[in-house]
Amino acid sequence: MKRNGALAGTLVALTRAFGNALVSEQIARRRGLLQTLDPRVRVVGLLALVLAVTLSHRIDVVVMLFLGALILALLSYLSLKSLAIRVWLVVLAFTGVIALPALFLTPGDPIVTSPAGSLHITSQGVTTAVLLIARVETAVTLTTLLVLTTPWMQILKSLRTLRIPQEVVMMLAMTHRYIFLLAQTASQMFESRQSRTVGVLDRSAERHMTTRTAGVLLSKSVELSNDVFLAMQSRGFRGDAKVLSEFRMRSWDYVGLAAFLLAGVIAVWAGRS
Amino acid sequence: MHIPDGYLSPSTCAVLYAGAGVGWYGALRRLKRAFMTRLIPLISVFAAFSFVLMMFNLPLPGGTTGHAIGVTVAAIVLGPSGAILAISLAVTIQALFFGDGGITTLGANCFNMAIVGSLVAYATYRLVATGARIASRRRLVGAAVAGYLAANAAAFVAAIEFGIQPILFHNANGVPLYAPYPLSIAIPAMMIGHLAVAGIAEAVIAAGLVAYLQVADPSLLRGTSGLPESGTLRLQPAPQKSLRKLWITVALLMLLTPLGILAGGTAWGEWSTNRVNAAGYKEIAPGSQTLPQPSAAPAGLQRLSSLWTAPIPNYAPQFVKSPSFGYLLSAMFGVGLLIVSSLLLQRLWQSRRAAGQP
Repeated sequence: MKRNGALAGTLVALTRAFGNALVSEQIARRRGLLQTLDPRVRVVGLLALVLAVTLSHRIDVVVMLFLGALILALLSYLSLKSLAIRVWLVVLAFTGVIALPALFLTPGDPIVTSPAGSLHITSQGVTTAVLLIARVETAVTLTTLLVLTTPWMQILKSLRTLRIPQEVVMMLAMTHRYIFLLAQTASQMFESRQSRTVGVLDRSAERHMTTRTAGVLLSKSVELSNDVFLAMQSRGFRGDAKVLSEFRMRSWDYVGLAAFLLAGVIAVWAGRS
Repeated sequence: MHIPDGYLSPSTCAVLYAGAGVGWYGALRRLKRAFMTRLIPLISVFAAFSFVLMMFNLPLPGGTTGHAIGVTVAAIVLGPSGAILAISLAVTIQALFFGDGGITTLGANCFNMAIVGSLVAYATYRLVATGARIASRRRLVGAAVAGYLAANAAAFVAAIEFGIQPILFHNANGVPLYAPYPLSIAIPAMMIGHLAVAGIAEAVIAAGLVAYLQVADPSLLRGTSGLPESGTLRLQPAPQKSLRKLWITVALLMLLTPLGILAGGTAWGEWSTNRVNAAGYKEIAPGSQTLPQPSAAPAGLQRLSSLWTAPIPNYAPQFVKSPSFGYLLSAMFGVGLLIVSSLLLQRLWQSRRAAGQP
């Protein structure tokens, strides 16, 4: 029997979000190189490397940073296979599709000409396409390293060191918490609807069902926010957010921070065009 | 529409972070004036709702599926400030936690989707639906149009950001260093998908949710409805009772009016008949390119110029010798006249409303 495509697609998307979050929490508990560093060092250091990737204009320097990210991943007990499936292939497919026409559309010196003579692959086109793919792959790999090795709550606390207001950090924490609750609620609503559905819904019925589910979810969200507000008030919340910080920098963390920043500065310097 | 790292140059990212920062600061300030304690859980849960909504696959006419951003319903329920914060939170978590969208491009993504999207959605919805009953079909049309325009406006701004990269950032060999396509390719490439799919998804979900709320929870639609409020969810701050800031700004602007004297000559196209002479032509010539100049003032200009004689011509009262003081006096007179006119209009409006009420 033909499945209801949009329903199934939404269920898969929601389930995948749960799965990814679970994997992240498991990897963050391993005792690899990145996991032993202070979370603030991981946040600042890896973000500095992402910035260095963006600032670098040379393919070889970006590739060196990518290799550095690979070594970090191995030393932090991350599976290269899962990185390849979860990150590299996805990015290659997405950015590859965007970069491919640049081979032909970027004006410059032709290096390959089609038999009809109307299409040219230019050397400038090849360089820009490879640079774009290398840069996106490296930046996404570095961000994924941060996400996989650092529990979300530690990332949030580290953001305070970047002078992000307490209220914003608190809202990010609450949003993250309720994403999973609402995603679970939505998933259950879709699942129960699908289990009651006999045959195949036409697209219009599926559309109505999806918007109705979104509407119910919206009402539940507002009710939830009212409950949370009352709970916060009853615990004495008056609008001032406070976040506990138990982070302590050790000498090893300073070494790690210096290494990250040094690598970033060298990459920016060497990557000038 | 989530731009990953590497597509935009660092300077573009910095400018868009600054643009987004202005939006965040303004939204936080406006909402803090409202009620911060109620705000935190509401915005957070709404951000979570928008995040989950983005995962919903929506079947669209034509056999394709799309997913909404959720910015329109956020703007309709929370108002523009709440929507800016809620969508920014959702986009930030997507980037930091799920790797969807970049870190360096987070400012750009928030600027496009949260700020441009929220403002376009809110303005369009208010334009179409203000004054309509909560259960009116006009609200559905307003939500759908707002959703379609908001998604496309956000995509258009993103397309411009992509399209300026090769113009501004390339090396000596002409190799584009970031997104490689110029505006002539980036705009159609982005817009075709959004005009045909993503805009429709946002329109369908916005209209569908407004239809649902009209029946299930109309109070959520009252905050931005423009109707008199009663037991509503309202995040817009109450109008400030003190007009002190406005008066200070007006006073400063009046003090600065003599700066107008610094500009030499007459504003192009604002010539009076006595400027149609050799000296006047010399002034007009650079702006008139090769057009032939008339020998005398045109007859129509001559005739109409005598219809009305201003009491204070050229912002220079005849009894004042100093041009700067004349400008200042003119500014004070003009502002005073406007205040008196608006007070009279307000009085007239209030008396009519009072007369119309039973």
